[in-house]
Amino acid sequence: MAAFRVLRKFCGIRYNVICQNKGLNDFSRHFQYREFRINGVLCQQTLDSSTERPQFPGACADFVDRLEFIQPNVISGIPVYRVMNRQGQIINPSEDPQLPKEMVVNFYQKMTLLNTMDRILYESQRQGRISFYATNFGEEGTHIGSAAALDPNDLVFGQYREVGVLMYRGFPLELFMAQCHANADDLGKGRQMPVHYGSKDLNFVTISSTLATQIPQAAGAAYTMKRENSNRAVICYFGEGAASEGDAHAGFNFSATLECPIIFFCRNNGYAISTPTREQYRGDGIAARGPGYGIMTIRVDGNDVFAVYNATKEARRRAVTENQPFLIEAMTYRVGHHSTSDDSLAYRSVDEVNYWDKQDHPISRLRNYMTGRGWWGEEEEQAWRKESQEQVMQALEYAERQPKPQIELLFTDVYQELPPHLEKQKQAMWRHLKQYKEHYPLSIYEK
Amino acid sequence: MSLTSFSPSWSDTTAMAAAARFLLRTAGSKASITNVNSCVHSKLGLTPLRVSPSCIPHAKTQKRHAAHFTFQPDPVSTKYGPMQKMNLFQSVTSALDNTLASDPTAVIFGEDVAFGGVFRCTVGLRDKYGKDRVFNTPLCEQGIVGFGIGLAVAGATAIAEIQFADYIFPAFDQIVNEAAKYRYRSGNLFDCGNLTIRAPWGCVGHGSLYHSQSPEAFFAHCPGIKVVIPRGPVQAKGLLLSCIADKNPCIFFEPKILYRAAVDQVPVEPYQIPLSQAEVLQEGSDVTLVAWGTQVHVIREVAAMAQEKLGVSCEVVDLQTILPWDTETVCKSVVKTGRLLISHEAPVTGGFAAEISSTVQEECFLNLEAPIARVCGRRTSWTSEFSISPPIRLNLILSQYMLTTEIARRLFRMH
Repeated sequence: MAAFRVLRKFCGIRYNVICQNKGLNDFSRHFQYREFRINGVLCQQTLDSSTERPQFPGACADFVDRLEFIQPNVISGIPVYRVMNRQGQIINPSEDPQLPKEMVVNFYQKMTLLNTMDRILYESQRQGRISFYATNFGEEGTHIGSAAALDPNDLVFGQYREVGVLMYRGFPLELFMAQCHANADDLGKGRQMPVHYGSKDLNFVTISSTLATQIPQAAGAAYTMKRENSNRAVICYFGEGAASEGDAHAGFNFSATLECPIIFFCRNNGYAISTPTREQYRGDGIAARGPGYGIMTIRVDGNDVFAVYNATKEARRRAVTENQPFLIEAMTYRVGHHSTSDDSLAYRSVDEVNYWDKQDHPISRLRNYMTGRGWWGEEEEQAWRKESQEQVMQALEYAERQPKPQIELLFTDVYQELPPHLEKQKQAMWRHLKQYKEHYPLSIYEK
Repeated sequence: MSLTSFSPSWSDTTAMAAAARFLLRTAGSKASITNVNSCVHSKLGLTPLRVSPSCIPHAKTQKRHAAHFTFQPDPVSTKYGPMQKMNLFQSVTSALDNTLASDPTAVIFGEDVAFGGVFRCTVGLRDKYGKDRVFNTPLCEQGIVGFGIGLAVAGATAIAEIQFADYIFPAFDQIVNEAAKYRYRSGNLFDCGNLTIRAPWGCVGHGSLYHSQSPEAFFAHCPGIKVVIPRGPVQAKGLLLSCIADKNPCIFFEPKILYRAAVDQVPVEPYQIPLSQAEVLQEGSDVTLVAWGTQVHVIREVAAMAQEKLGVSCEVVDLQTILPWDTETVCKSVVKTGRLLISHEAPVTGGFAAEISSTVQEECFLNLEAPIARVCGRRTSWTSEFSISPPIRLNLILSQYMLTTEIARRLFRMH
């Protein structure tokens, strides 16, 4: 697989930079990755002052006698792995994952269903029917490609723009709608802003608004899985902006030193709200950081669902068998605004957005692929558009009719038990509501 | 750092001056408590605050060369089976040992934990239970807590060590925004109730600004976590085991000055001391004294001193759990005594004494005979006892003299 080769190639670059002294130019030798990691980076040899080699415990390298700083970009940009070109044609047939028609059609339907749900919920917010929304436009390929490559038992720690992952795992439209409407059906009991989904059954840890906090947590969860020897992995999603947080550093470093079976999946979509990547970092993206942490790394074209699939599949396989972290940087573009609280035209041009929307969109690329195979035509497209729109509208209208969660739920789950001081506050609230009931819309809450 | 006790020279501090003024002002016969109660504003003749050796053994020289308190061991009880002499760090090790033995998912981790920890709390555990269960992490507090949350979310029992409570702040976001809210924000789909964060806490003498802090009040503002502080080895083991067993994330602060100084007969087998329950260590009728951690031993001496010199009967309460705290025990005591003094090492402004004071005022207003007194750290940072000016040195010590003075002045208006 090409994903594998790219990983290998990249590993080779890192290897040469870090451990040239080993003289292991044969890549096949460091295919024994565990050995490579241990021997290559943590070379704790017996101290020997007779050799003219450094003996420092913290590094493994040769002495040089020429003053030379390391250039930040020794490599001329980490390459972007892809399977399809922009027209949806397979570039190298050996890289084609050869997925069956039903699976590819399912990819496409999930990507477009997500797109439809996004449009409707975005408009719904604009009409004041829900409080907030964040679309996934343009990043559907990263969600579906990675989700499909995982085992359903793998635990997902998301940021907030990975709705497609949950959708791919089968989270029903009704529950997406319930969360965005904070109604009584919401699994989160109506406590969070829209788009903060979670599902125990689907192994998708509930989203929090705090950025990057999930990264060290995901490493910890992966450590538990390693100890359970349960053949499970963790995938942790985040944006290139969140990767600037200290928690990202913590998560990378912990997962590497503690050898956790985890895939770090960075969606580099070009913007953190308004901040472009050139103001977010100065190195070669997020992928360039992987080698610094001793993490196997690859950069992929996030708008190529097959490239994402291949890379994630291989990273997942190796993460579990070798107990080590992998970093995937998926290059993509946030076609939508950051959220309903943002107007991105204040900081980027319509032309730029149009380029990605019209000429390099993951959905159109996959559709081209399917059309090329004769798997999808205008007729199917029209029928599916109608059907998906109806499904979403139906779920939306249902969600709007549901009552809000019970008022009592305000006090539960702060602690596993209800401590006396919260019980007291609850009683006080009920006394107040009883006395002033005409001022509160008590009828909208589930009894 | 070592755990040598500090030795401030008492005589040159402002507090000594305050105590001296108190001694000069008070003279004459010993006040009976009836007098105090019935004549709050009257000028009473009082016995000078001369402390008998039996009351505070190390205070007789009027200079405090040892610790600012005398650890008072718990009475020996064989309720939980065979006992062993342990200091506080050994009782922590014993609790961790019991946990690792009984719970195969339990892991212990943090900076320098593998070789036994800088305070020796994890000595021997790596060899006994394996390097995958007792391990070092990179030096990164937010990572330690974040990692611990993830371990717990995935079903493990996670016991994280932050090397000093002073260094817990990089993990503040993970504790306050993540650990504390995990269960609530997910509608109970996910939780990290199996996470316990241990951290050495409180003053130790030479710890200066960054090895002395008592940050419990920062966390007391945060629903969803529990904050627990033991006063000695027996409590350390019982409360730590309760924190580990508790299905909510807990912060367990260990008074580091007691690690070696405090020695109890501690049960070898596991046992739990209930969380959110204060302990009345001494019954009294005239004033309630509330503290936690090291300061409990200070107020115990104060109670003896107040009885001896002021004729004031003190009820001594060890709060033990800061969040959620036992309002019932404290309020019940105040209803009985009518007076309350709270003392902690942390700065007075926004300290946890403020919360207790406010609650007691709300609950027991009509029972109060005097304003509630808080005798707490100054509004400065802690600093080292070495090469510092006397006013700053005051922060090192919330002495028995000062507290007793405050009882007389503020709670009984003995001027």
